[in-house]
Amino acid sequence: MTDASAPLTMNAPASLITDDGKPLKAALASSLAVRRRRALLLVAPLFLFIFVTFIVPIGQMLFQSVHNDSFRANAPALVEWFGQNPQGSELDETAYAALASDLRTMQQNRSAGVAGTRINYDVPGTRSLFTSAVRNAGQLEPPYKEALIAQDRKWADPNVWRAMRSASAAFTGDFFLNAVDLTRDENGKIVSVPEGQAVYKGLFWRTIVMSLEITALCLILGFPIAFLLSSVKMKHAMLLMILVLLPFWTSLLVRTTSWMVLLQQQGVVNDILVWLGLIRNDQRLEMMYNATGTIIAMTHILLPFTILPLYSVMKTIPPSYVRAARSLGATSWTAFRRVYLPQTLPGVGAGGLLVFILAMGYYITPALVGGADGQMISNMIAFHMQRSLNWSLAAALSAILLAIVLIFFWIYDRLVGIDKMKLG
Amino acid sequence: MALPVYASPLERAWRGTYLAICVMIFVFLMAPILIIIPLSFNAQPYFTFSKDMLELKPEAYSLRWYDSLITFGMANPDAPRNWAFWGDFWRNASWMQAAKNSVIIGVFATLVSTVLGTIAALGLTRPEMPYRKQITAVLISPMIVPIIISATGMFFFYSAVRVPVPSFSGGFHIEWMRLAGSYLGIILAHAALGIPFVIITVTATLSGFDQSLVRAAASLGANPRTAFFKVVMPLILPGVVSGALFAFVTSFDEVVAVLFIANHDQQTIPRQMWNGIREQISPAILAVATILVIISVLLLTTVELLRRRSERLRGVTPQ
Repeated sequence: MTDASAPLTMNAPASLITDDGKPLKAALASSLAVRRRRALLLVAPLFLFIFVTFIVPIGQMLFQSVHNDSFRANAPALVEWFGQNPQGSELDETAYAALASDLRTMQQNRSAGVAGTRINYDVPGTRSLFTSAVRNAGQLEPPYKEALIAQDRKWADPNVWRAMRSASAAFTGDFFLNAVDLTRDENGKIVSVPEGQAVYKGLFWRTIVMSLEITALCLILGFPIAFLLSSVKMKHAMLLMILVLLPFWTSLLVRTTSWMVLLQQQGVVNDILVWLGLIRNDQRLEMMYNATGTIIAMTHILLPFTILPLYSVMKTIPPSYVRAARSLGATSWTAFRRVYLPQTLPGVGAGGLLVFILAMGYYITPALVGGADGQMISNMIAFHMQRSLNWSLAAALSAILLAIVLIFFWIYDRLVGIDKMKLG
Repeated sequence: MALPVYASPLERAWRGTYLAICVMIFVFLMAPILIIIPLSFNAQPYFTFSKDMLELKPEAYSLRWYDSLITFGMANPDAPRNWAFWGDFWRNASWMQAAKNSVIIGVFATLVSTVLGTIAALGLTRPEMPYRKQITAVLISPMIVPIIISATGMFFFYSAVRVPVPSFSGGFHIEWMRLAGSYLGIILAHAALGIPFVIITVTATLSGFDQSLVRAAASLGANPRTAFFKVVMPLILPGVVSGALFAFVTSFDEVVAVLFIANHDQQTIPRQMWNGIREQISPAILAVATILVIISVLLLTTVELLRRRSERLRGVTPQ
């Protein structure tokens, strides 16, 4: 080190100041902070918009998976009784008196249906127990125990009382237990539900398997097309690209309808197969209202989502690598497998993950062409929302589905980067 | 992609097979969209080609399903086709009402998502943007979260939330309107669902944008606003318009959120199609589908032209 350079480096931080006398470092930092704030201000309106119209509603919905006070809010006397008497206490007159008082409250508030529905989740058939008891609540006279049991034997059923006790807590993890086919037995221990009633674990598994099948099919069909697009002249590639983008731009309902028309037993595909002599007229294939129909239609709908990222990766692979491999004596297969294929993996990852994520949450296509065995978990969520009205269970199933999807979204971000997502 | 001269016969044979496979995949992609077009002119209420159709007999084809689209829901469907008939069609026909609703909702949702999305994309592409990845993840999430979860979440939230709206019936006053069952609710929901597409398209355009142009404008005396409207905006406009078209298509094709949030008056085209498919699918649905395919061809053409224009403007010429 020479003498000349030493003082310069030592004094440098102190000596660099801006025109108005501030140290340069501080001036830079404050100007950077201003620019940061400006960038954040630009994003803030949209972020707030998404937060209020999207994130908060979903958060609130998921909250219902652990929180349900539709019974608790309508049965204050029973809640108090359960608080004073631990599990296993004898169901004496005081318990039934509390029940009778709550039935009267429900009569006043017209909330028997709401409260009864909550108990109905755990003990099927009890909603009407509540509604009819409330109708007769005016005539109830002590002793309430005899009076109520005389009205309906179910009021003596320990299962009903256990359900009421568990529903008297606003917060519960039971809906998550139900969502993975678990329940509580008489003593509150967690057990699997009986064989015949276990549906959700199987349905999650089927959703994952079907999504994997669709992803695999999309990659198998998308790879040759992306390769073709990337290897022909730009002029031709643009024309062929339209054949990929037109389905992408066509309404989802239109494409699903088309497949319903094509795959019917009396539909075009079966007609062609019969005409070709591949199947007999009385052996037309059933390709609709089952898993086959769902997989065919969804593969078609999601195929552009694999072709586009694959194409954008393949476009950047220089052809000279494969030529070099060939010149070094590799057969075309070896050159493809050892040199070309590994370079396409980012595209395979991006396209495959995106299709898998989208397929996991599909609702419309399975609902229309799925029939019985082509339904996915989204359809079950819709069922609990619209038919069984067990919103807390729907929320628990949603939370699990969302967790799976977000894990894959996170992997996608790690491998591909969300800022690299492209459309068309 | 001509084969090299040293290709072996086996490679030539494989190449033929490969091209055949590609043709089959293209058929798989296009056939479902193309096949419904002739079927929508079927004179018979079937979903397959009759013998007469294949022989191209004119009497096997008809416009009856298009006709049923026009007259369905009209007060006087059998009236002579004068201006009163078309007035009736404009006011009462179910598909016309659905189309009006779809367009109104689509246009407003697109406006919201495009304006907010473009401004946010400008911030997101600035190099000094903090927490870029995390924020982008949140803004993209409406595309990733399963639609049934978004729709149910919005259903609960929009049923509970009331917003103040000015009302002029019986003197000016403020009314509290429930978001669920209102046009505003659906527009907000669709705007949220369309935002990821705007963000993705506009940030892609901006990432190819040469920031030195802004500095050049500033050095020539333009203030930031002038620089934005005179320099930045014209260059990114094609990207913004394609983002807007994506957002519009998203809203125009969305049915699940509408099913959950809307009330009975708010029929949209997808909702009416959904009901039609679920109940008794008739070839009239194919006529609607054909019209929608034509619309998507027009949209795709617009987007492609815009994309090329944008590439030309940015100096990225296709080889």
